[in-house]
Amino acid sequence: MNDQVKKALPWQRHWLGVLLIAAVLVAVPFIAALGGQAWVRIANFAILYIFLALGLNIVVGYAGLLDLGYVAFYAVGAYVYALLASPHFGLHLPFWVILPLGAAIACMFGMLLGAPTLKLRGDYLAIVTLGFGEIIRIFLNNLNAPINVTNGAQGITLIDPIRIGDFSFAETSVIFGVELSGPQKYYFLLVALAILVIMVNVRLQDSRIGRAWQAIREDEVAAKACGINTRNIKLLAFAMGASFGGIAGGVFSAMQGFVSPESFSLMESITILAMVVLGGMGHIPGVILGAILLTALPEVLRYGIEPLQDAIFGRSIVDPESLRMLIFGLAMVLVMRFRPAGLWPSSQRRRELAESEK
Amino acid sequence: MSSRDKPQILLEAHAVAKHFGGVKALHDVSLTIRRGEIYGLIGPNGAGKTTFFNCLTGLYKNESGHFIFDGVKLAADAPHKAAEAGIARTFQNIRLFGNMTAIENVMVGRHLRTHANVVGAIIRNRATMAEEAAITRRADELLHYVGIQDRAHDYAKHLSYGDQRRLEIARALATEPKLLALDEPAAGMNGTETEALRTLVEGICRDGVTVLLIEHDVKLVMGLCGRVAVLDYGEKICEDVPSVVQKDARVIEAYLGGSVA
Repeated sequence: MNDQVKKALPWQRHWLGVLLIAAVLVAVPFIAALGGQAWVRIANFAILYIFLALGLNIVVGYAGLLDLGYVAFYAVGAYVYALLASPHFGLHLPFWVILPLGAAIACMFGMLLGAPTLKLRGDYLAIVTLGFGEIIRIFLNNLNAPINVTNGAQGITLIDPIRIGDFSFAETSVIFGVELSGPQKYYFLLVALAILVIMVNVRLQDSRIGRAWQAIREDEVAAKACGINTRNIKLLAFAMGASFGGIAGGVFSAMQGFVSPESFSLMESITILAMVVLGGMGHIPGVILGAILLTALPEVLRYGIEPLQDAIFGRSIVDPESLRMLIFGLAMVLVMRFRPAGLWPSSQRRRELAESEK
Repeated sequence: MSSRDKPQILLEAHAVAKHFGGVKALHDVSLTIRRGEIYGLIGPNGAGKTTFFNCLTGLYKNESGHFIFDGVKLAADAPHKAAEAGIARTFQNIRLFGNMTAIENVMVGRHLRTHANVVGAIIRNRATMAEEAAITRRADELLHYVGIQDRAHDYAKHLSYGDQRRLEIARALATEPKLLALDEPAAGMNGTETEALRTLVEGICRDGVTVLLIEHDVKLVMGLCGRVAVLDYGEKICEDVPSVVQKDARVIEAYLGGSVA
């Protein structure tokens, strides 16, 4: 409340910072392209994960509901897109129909999961959501018989890219004299989506609903006594988080052109949750930092560790994939030990944790 | 309906019973609270006062009996509905949102009487912004009302004990209650603070809110309340004006302890 002026006119007060960030955001895909399109794709994934992590942040960070099955909603969105825009069913609906539909269906799944489970708290809710995530993945894996809906473990291929009229995001094209590759175009689309989700996060935080979430996180009994219908408000958080997961899934489908149940393992849920927790729960810049770090880490390992080992030992001794899990776990332990509120926590979360330690 | 047409009775409890396993915490407690009075509920420790509060405000589900509030039967086991019907409460062991500022705590209390939804919050249309401004204004007024306006931007948990009690009352008042239920508001307060609390509660009652008061401080209850009910072992043993209650033999025995008057 005390920085109301700042909130009212963030643009004018921080125009230099905003310009700088905009310049960096525009420059990234071109700089990354110097190292090959693969790096642009990595940047794309970083932003997709920012989107996912901020969607999950609404559920975990704001409402304080530990959701370990978030990837299920991502999967639902991805498969909705894949089924409605691929030769699998011969359907080729435009993306502006499918993305909202994917969000809506994911939202519906969110409510379906939330309605019976939101009386549970903490660990219990985590276990139920974890189970739900696995159920969705196993369904996708096995729904190829008796009627072939998801094509089982083989997944769905040849998914349409996002296309506006004749302008396809999969091909290289020239816009205003600048040559843009497919991944570069997706990059800008993803940045736009990420800005949208950041705006939603920021604005919700300071609203009647955001305060209700915060109140529930602080003291559910008192929140109830204040007249907050805690079940509905929690369900709302769940549904919103799920919708964002659905949108992210749709974009993922379009960008990859291929989906299979493998992409939606428990590990994925944990990674997204780790981004939120490591970065700083409930704090938007922290979550963004977490998402970037955890997306970049495996790539750095892949491109850094293997050549390094080759140079030192002449051959690869440790598989970078297993090293990744090792470093991942170690990072988690260290952060939780030394910065339990996350790398870049909100001042509030820091207080809450300081409080509970006393 | 003008205030004159309203029925005189605000709350009727009909044979409310609540058991915890074999323990009868409340045994067929019936009482009536009249509009505009300050009604005291006293009794020794463990007499069932707070249990009665929790049943009334929907935190507990009573096994039998029911509450008629302002002519309507209250749904059991639904705290937010009790709040919506117009019952606001404070807690014996203060339950504020500690990591929110004082004014934010009161703003949460406005949740019930405001309507902004997610879409409004995201697009920030004029109606939502106007409502948000009104919430802030009202919260500020309430902080003035209870006298802690200069602590508005401090975190609730950093407030002094007395101020936390006041903040809890402000938060409860933000829900626009017809009945304000205070669970031991003077517990742990010194004489000066208790005196200030008495003035505040009297003011609240004058402003048209009926008050139900659980209290240990017998002096405060006797001075403040129009009528008093006494609970002992989950049963109501007496209900009358303070001067009569003080002389009641059963009350003296149960509550004031045998021969000590």
